[in-house]
Order: sequence, then structure tokens, then C-alpha cells
Amino acid sequence: MKLVIAIIQPYKLEEVKEELYKVDVNLITVSEVLGHGRQKGITEVYRGAKETGNLLRKIRLEIAVNDNFLEPTIKAIIKGAKTGETGDGKIFVLDLKECVRIRTEERGSVAIG
Amino acid sequence: MINQVDTLFVLLSAAFVMLMTPGLAFFYGGMVRRKNILSVLMQCFVALCLLSLQWILFGYSLSFAPGNGFWGGLSWFGLNGVGMQPYPVYSATIPHQAFMFFQMMFAVITPALIIGAFAERMKFSAFLVFTLLWATFVYDPLCHLVWGEGGWLKNLGVLDFAGGMVVHTSAGIAALVTAIVIGKRKNLEHTPSPHNLPFVVLGTALLWFGWYGFNAGSALAVNGIAVSAFVITNTAAAAAGLSWAFLEWIRNGKPTVFGMVTGSIAGLATVTPASGFVSPISAIIIGVAASIVCFIAVAVTKPRFGYDDSLDAFGVHGVGGILGTLLTGVLASKIINPAGANGLFYGNPKQLLIQLVGVAVAVSYTFIATFAIYKLVDIFFRMRVSEKDELVGLDLTQHRERAYTIIE
Repeated sequence: MKLVIAIIQPYKLEEVKEELYKVDVNLITVSEVLGHGRQKGITEVYRGAKETGNLLRKIRLEIAVNDNFLEPTIKAIIKGAKTGETGDGKIFVLDLKECVRIRTEERGSVAIG
Repeated sequence: MINQVDTLFVLLSAAFVMLMTPGLAFFYGGMVRRKNILSVLMQCFVALCLLSLQWILFGYSLSFAPGNGFWGGLSWFGLNGVGMQPYPVYSATIPHQAFMFFQMMFAVITPALIIGAFAERMKFSAFLVFTLLWATFVYDPLCHLVWGEGGWLKNLGVLDFAGGMVVHTSAGIAALVTAIVIGKRKNLEHTPSPHNLPFVVLGTALLWFGWYGFNAGSALAVNGIAVSAFVITNTAAAAAGLSWAFLEWIRNGKPTVFGMVTGSIAGLATVTPASGFVSPISAIIIGVAASIVCFIAVAVTKPRFGYDDSLDAFGVHGVGGILGTLLTGVLASKIINPAGANGLFYGNPKQLLIQLVGVAVAVSYTFIATFAIYKLVDIFFRMRVSEKDELVGLDLTQHRERAYTIIE
């Protein structure tokens, strides 16, 4: 089992979700986060004064998958989120030790899907 | 003879109506996704700035100067000759400028109503040009036709107390045209659209409050008709809000806040043309009819045809305005307003026919002119933002600002 954590552009969320649905990955957790990458980002202006270098808004996805779903998941995220410009984001893959479905107390692979 | 009480009443009413534009901004702003709320607030407020100036410079003249049957001409350019003396054709007891100022607030909110149709996808520069041209070539001529000295529909005897045709039908039809031509928004399937319903309720409260000035102020004097318009306005809004909630309860299982406030606005828009001519019982009929008809337009017809009138500017204002104008021809009574006319139910079927002609003229002219203006502006400015800008949101891409922070 793996835990996939992806940081993507907020406006790419819908496309990434579409791609994930296509490969039957339906269980995702989404949160809004702030982060700093190489990207300078979109400049904001407050009453005429320019502000840059702020933390940028990103979307963080968490997806727990069985091993055979890992590659399709990664490919789907890339397909939905990639523009080729700085700021597209990153995907992290972690080993997942355990997974418990609270309702049934099932554990392991069966609990993921 | 200037009457000071009348003057005070009309100026205060104008201030009430001014508040409706920011109210509309919150009503609409709460309905969009949060990446676009500032763009909506901005469009409404800039309409207030832009059209205030347009009105002073030439808008008032085009609308109300004694030109021909179809427009006023430029004889009152820059308010030339529009001073502190009353102009009895419009109002015998208040300064001409007070009348001009009251009407200015109508000229501001009408183009702002259309924003609901193309919200979340129109480029700001194109919006400015479109709004200016629409106010000049659609609102002003229509205003002259219905309310202006020598206006063709006015002479025909059409009844439009506070703008069912001039304001709501015209803005609603323009909304339908722009929504169809600009096309649907991106990524609507999965995103919950109203991002802040409390703002929608706040906006409704401001609109409802302002509408007293809109309708009662249109009496232009402190008299029985003004009092009647206050009562009528409130009654229709109440009946419509309540009946929309019940409609949802029956059809969808729960009454929603969003539905109730939408119903209230539909009732207010629908009663606008009738507000100086009908009895309180008629106002209840108008309110209930407004909810039923607008509900069908918003919840049944729109999904079937598939156009994306984002915030239902057509479904609520256009449909409500047309319905109200026709119902005025049915329910108007000379007992309420001797200067008006009797409608169908009071033995004068001809009035309904006149109202029909008025609606037909307002709808067809607005339809054609809005389409032409849209296409013209589209050639020079491209109305719609790029796909990426639309996905990122208009707040950041058009104004480089954001409404909400995550931390702090």
C-alpha cells in the first residue's frame, strides 16, 4: 500500500479529479495549502502597492492506493496537472503501513478501495 | 411650486435605490465561486461610477429630453437647462435635478443586473465598453420610449410604474442574449457554485430595503400612491418568498434559504411595473405568480435549454419583468391610481393588449440591440477571458486581488 501526496495548482484540481475518476481512483482527500516553490507566482496588488514573494496557494491531494494502482494514479495526476511551467507541483509517494476502515474495522488492502 | 417634503422624499428614495447596486453586488457576489467574488463586486461598483457620469453627460438627455418618440436627443447634454425649477411633465413639485438624480440610480442598476448572466467569465475591459454602450443604446432609448416626454409607448398608454419593462425586462433579455452568446462557464459540474450564501441573503435584504425607494419613490411625491407602493412592494416580496420556499419543499423535500431569497427578488421584480396601480390582494396574486413562473424558468426551463445564465438574471428579472408588465394589464385599477388605467379584471381588456405591445417592443429591441453591441465589442476587445484566466479566477487575473486568505 502507498500513500500518494500531490501538490498541484488550484485551478488544475478539476482536471486532476477527472483523470483520477477515469482510472477508478475515487477516494481522495483535498486540502488547500500554502507553499513556496521556485515559482514567483501571480503578483497581487493592494491599493496600488505590488506584493510578490508571498506564499502561494496550492491544492494538496492525499490518496491511499494499493500497489497496482500506484502508477495509474501518478500518471493521472500528471496528465491533469501538467502545463510544463514552473509551479505545476510535486508528487510524493510514501509507504503506507496500515489502513483501517472505521465503519467495519477491516484492515489492509481491502480497506483502501 | 416646489414642495420640500416631496423633494426630501425623492432624494431619500434615490439614496435607497443607490444602495441597491451594492446590494446586488453582494446578492450576485455570494453566488459565484470564491475566486470570482471581487470581479462581481467590482463590476457592480464600477457600473455605479461609470453610469453616474454617463447620465450627467448625455444619458439623462437621451432618456428624458423632449426629442422624438424614440429618443430624447442631446438638448440636455451635460444637464444643460436641467436645474432647480420643476419640469412639470415629469414632476411638478420637485426640482428637475432631483428627478434626474432619482432616475440616475435606475440607469445605474439596470445594466448592473445583466452581470448575473455573464458572471465569472467576462473580461473587465470588455465589460466596461459593453456596459457603456448598452446603457446608451438600449437603456436610454427604452427609457425614453416608456417614460420620456413624447415617448412612443408612453403615448400609447403603456403602464410601467417603476420599471418592469425599462429595467427588468430589458436587463433580463440582455442577460439571456449575453449568456447564450458568451457560452457556458468551465468546470461547473463538480464545483458548488454559491460560495457564500449569507452574502446572498445580505444582498437580498439591501435590495428589498432599496426597493421601497425604487417603487414608492416613483410616485415622486408624498401621497397615497407612494404609501400604496410601499405596501404593495412588501406584500409581493413576502408572498413570493414564502411561495418559492413552499414550492421547493414540495418538489425537493426541503425549503432552502437560497430559494426563499430568490423568490423574494422575483416578487419584487415582478411587482415593480404594477406597484403604483394595484391593490394589496392583487400584490399577493402577483407575488405567488412570480414565484411559480420564475421557479419554472430557473429550475425547469433553463436546465432543459442548457444556457448558462450564471445567476439567473433572465430567469428572475427578465421573466419577472415580463410577467409583471402583463399582470399590470390585468390587475391595474383606477381606484388605486386615478392617473393609471383599469386592467382586464376591471373591465378594460385593451390595457392588456397595450401591455403586450410594450413587452413585445422592449423584448425585440433589447434582443437585437444587445446582440449587435455584444458582437461589436467582441471584435475589438474579445468579451471572454482566456481559458486559463477563467480557471484561475477573475479576481486574480483581472484585478490582481484575492477576496479571502487562508491563514491570518
